[in-house]
Amino acid sequence: MIHLDHIHKVYPTRAGDRVVLNDISFSLDRGEKLGILGRNGAGKSTLVRLVSGAERPTSGEVTRNMSVSWPLAFGGAFQNALTGLDNVRFISRIYKQKTESNIDFVYEFTELGAYLREPVRTYSSGMRARLAFAISMIIEFDCYLIDEITAVGDAKFYEKCETELFGKRRDRAMLIISHDLEYVRKHCERFAVLHEGDLAFYPDFNQAHQAHLHNLHIGEN
Amino acid sequence: MTFSQLSTIGRSASIQWRVIHALLMREILTRYGRHNIGFLWLFVEPMVFTTGVTILWTLTKALHGSTLPIVAFALTGYSAVLLWRNMPARCIGAIEPNLSLMYHRNVRVIDIFLARLILEGGGATISFVTLSLFYIYIGWLEPPQDILPIVAGWLLIAWFGSTLAIFLGALSEKNELVEKIWHPMSYLAFPLSGAGFMVDALPPEAQKYVLLVPMVNGVELVREGYFGSQVHAHYDLPYMIGCCIALSLLALAQVAVANREITPE
Repeated sequence: MIHLDHIHKVYPTRAGDRVVLNDISFSLDRGEKLGILGRNGAGKSTLVRLVSGAERPTSGEVTRNMSVSWPLAFGGAFQNALTGLDNVRFISRIYKQKTESNIDFVYEFTELGAYLREPVRTYSSGMRARLAFAISMIIEFDCYLIDEITAVGDAKFYEKCETELFGKRRDRAMLIISHDLEYVRKHCERFAVLHEGDLAFYPDFNQAHQAHLHNLHIGEN
Repeated sequence: MTFSQLSTIGRSASIQWRVIHALLMREILTRYGRHNIGFLWLFVEPMVFTTGVTILWTLTKALHGSTLPIVAFALTGYSAVLLWRNMPARCIGAIEPNLSLMYHRNVRVIDIFLARLILEGGGATISFVTLSLFYIYIGWLEPPQDILPIVAGWLLIAWFGSTLAIFLGALSEKNELVEKIWHPMSYLAFPLSGAGFMVDALPPEAQKYVLLVPMVNGVELVREGYFGSQVHAHYDLPYMIGCCIALSLLALAQVAVANREITPE
């Protein structure tokens, strides 16, 4: 189980402190799939980084009683000056994995071929997503944190992700952020909307969707 | 301490070592790449530096206020400078290029510094030892009189250099002035660091003040090992160790602050 207990996150900005997360508490059980909606800049990625432990909350505590992946997001996780393969080696070392078998899997899954020997900074976002996804599939986690990553690939990558994540690993917990509402609806069973520092939970997708749409259009007539 | 606590510490230590090892390999690759002599630059570069300075000082018959052989003098002095000066230079601004790797929760600020310090300290040490052996072999240098003070002095300089590096490295995350100021500071500190003189050659009033510069004490100790009874070395070990301990505490405190404030990109 993952438990967030009264999490606050404040970022200093030129215009003074900005509260991104204001007293957020919730739990995620094994096997549970939670979808989080919110407009751009609402703090969804910040929340995922806090859950992953990559970043510390300003106050409050995150307890992790199961293994949690790093945030599978557009940026992050890779060193851009290194090649794809060197990044695979780096991550394999950190998570105590056999490098060689991982490399084989990455070649096969990503279909990046010779690009794997080029620096990651030359990759497109779709290529990065494939690499990030492939590596995270080698290391088995109890909970996957998915921050838009599956949204950038082509149809084939999308299919592969579906098989790996929601087929083979359907028993795992997931925290999913996506602007693709249909994707969230299809794969999650709990829904929450993050808006102005508050995380509101809704019993079904339609209510969450309504609240999200309402937030998107605040300020309009 | 119970057994379970011990095993927790053991597990943490093994994770930390794994992370530092991974970061070491990553540093070596981005710094030296796979071109020409690659990783060998780690110590070839300081060797070229030290040899250059040695030759320069020999040709200009540097005034160091004693009758010691200039080669040995330059080797001990300049190697020590490389040790304490390069460590902070490598750690300042070290977090920024590694921010994306901090997506992995076990990669922490201190690991990034330690990986770079192991590389930098290792490079300077290999350079120092190799050049010593080489100079002895070709007859430029007499073998040192006593190894132990050399090792002790070297380790003290390394301790000082690494804690200074961690402190400044963590501080530089919050304040870019650190990077701007370190450059002139380190340049100005060079002539005061004991690389170019023996304390004994200074007027007694000056000796007292120059020993307040921590590196000087370490360099004097190294030279005592090298030259033994030929020199009268001056050093204040409790003072040097005190400086290192104080700096270590400051460094760890600053790392704790950086850990709290960092946002992986």
